[in-house]
Amino acid sequence: MTTLLDRPATPTAEVAAPRPRRNPLPQLAMFAWAVVTALPLIWAVLSSLKTDDEILNRPWAPPDTPHFENWARAWTAASIGRYFWNSLIVVGGALVLTMLLGSLVAYALARYPFRGNRLVYYTFVAAMFFPVFLALVPLFFVVQRLGLLGTYPGLILVYTAYAVPFTVFFLHAFFRTLPAEVAEAAVLDGCSHGAVFTRVMLPLARPGLVAVGIFNFLGLWNQYLLPLVLNPDPDRYVLAQGLAALSVSQGYRSDWSGLFAGMTIAMLPVLVAYVAFQRHIRAGMTAGAVR
Amino acid sequence: MRHGRWRFLLAALVPALVLHVVFVLSPYAQAFYLAFTDWTGVAGEAHFVGLDNFARLGGDGLFLDAVRNNAVMLLVVPAVTIGLALLLASLLHGRRPVRGAAAYQIVWFFPQMLSLVIIAVLWGFVLNPNTGLLNAGLRGVGLDALARSWLAEPSLALPSVMAVVVWSSVGFYVVLFRAAIDAIPRELFEAAVLDGAGRWATFRGVTLPLVRESVQVAFVYLGIVALDGFVLVQIMTVGPGGPDGATEVVGLTLYRTAFTYGKFGYATAMGVALFFAALTFAVLALRRGRDEIVEMA
Repeated sequence: MTTLLDRPATPTAEVAAPRPRRNPLPQLAMFAWAVVTALPLIWAVLSSLKTDDEILNRPWAPPDTPHFENWARAWTAASIGRYFWNSLIVVGGALVLTMLLGSLVAYALARYPFRGNRLVYYTFVAAMFFPVFLALVPLFFVVQRLGLLGTYPGLILVYTAYAVPFTVFFLHAFFRTLPAEVAEAAVLDGCSHGAVFTRVMLPLARPGLVAVGIFNFLGLWNQYLLPLVLNPDPDRYVLAQGLAALSVSQGYRSDWSGLFAGMTIAMLPVLVAYVAFQRHIRAGMTAGAVR
Repeated sequence: MRHGRWRFLLAALVPALVLHVVFVLSPYAQAFYLAFTDWTGVAGEAHFVGLDNFARLGGDGLFLDAVRNNAVMLLVVPAVTIGLALLLASLLHGRRPVRGAAAYQIVWFFPQMLSLVIIAVLWGFVLNPNTGLLNAGLRGVGLDALARSWLAEPSLALPSVMAVVVWSSVGFYVVLFRAAIDAIPRELFEAAVLDGAGRWATFRGVTLPLVRESVQVAFVYLGIVALDGFVLVQIMTVGPGGPDGATEVVGLTLYRTAFTYGKFGYATAMGVALFFAALTFAVLALRRGRDEIVEMA
């Protein structure tokens, strides 16, 4: 699945075209869409280094001198730093738990035939086809009754519960393709079931784990609806929540440069990670669709 | 060994199953009950009201606005996104190596990485009538007449939101279609060239029929995106959902009905309606696609 997309971006053996002249329109169209995509992002980063006066009066001009203090102000005064750590804790916890539980379930269901196996599998997978909006109201009260509203563990458990079904679905297919002989040999060597899983099967499933891990990380990092409903305490806002709240309150305080800076801080880690791992990420994110 | 087998299975399945039942299955199951009650959040105060909530939905102006807007998005967003993505993906797959193909794909895909919140805040700035990138650019090249209050004019607000959805999704589908096009045997393109087919004829005759399955997947995914729209609308638009209901979406009505007005039973009925809308759409899209594939065969 991943290898399908993970090939060199430029095909090497192209057919030599008989037409002598190159039509400039395709290049123009492709370049135009690249500009449309990149320009707003570049503009936001540049604006984060401007003064409020420059932002309001000269929207297209680059900053006279870069004002990095905007970033410092956003990080501390506008609490972007705190939101960032909150996101890191919640998403980190949920990601570890999701990968652990998801791979265990997927492996157990893919490798152990038992009565009710299919039922358990479909119980998990069916959840992918329901819109979260349908569960929103009852979920709020479930979390409230458990006393988990606005807590890190509450968010981590809910994030995990909603990320596990896709993880199971994806890894189930993956574990099924792994050769049975390896596991059987390990059992003959005296490995316990748990040891076969952790020492033999998990390493073999690494490409699948990486792909679904990237997919889950981005999905959880960008989550907005669940924290909006389940995480009302501003001190525990995750980054997406904090940024949204900031963009509303910015109207009153009119710290434009601070808001641009907050947005840039939220964008930069994703940008850096993307440039570093872009091929893996594109493969991981589209793998879910190519099944 | 048999004993160890069951112990392992229980240890592997039970924790995840408990989480799944408590946080996923039970809320969905409760939703189908709550939708038939007048519950306002007080324990033990839910009265069964039959289909009253659903009957009320039919006369709720704001909800009907939301349904209309989601329907418009459903008609426009998948078609435009898939069209643009197919165009770009097939341009990347030129007869000769395309200069900068890798770089284009990197740039185009990037918005897919950003959270919808960032995209909403960013485009809120870009579309700002006075200081935004778009209007300032239009004024800069002398097109002052085209500069508008994009999100404040009722006729422009929803198209603006839809444009942002398209902007953020196209890159993902380019990558998806690119993979599908790369999987087409090269000989088919060569044969088309030998037959004297131009770019457009090759696209119509070779590319399009052979990426149909990917297009169908894209259609289902984008349809689900079009039935949502909550994050962009809640953060970008005036009101949110305005002006005057012009950008209201079902998710926003549901959220407001539940968590602002406390009408939890009524809000859940909206969730059930949304669920059946999504289900109907998915079934129709998948069945239609299958028929077409059968016809081709």
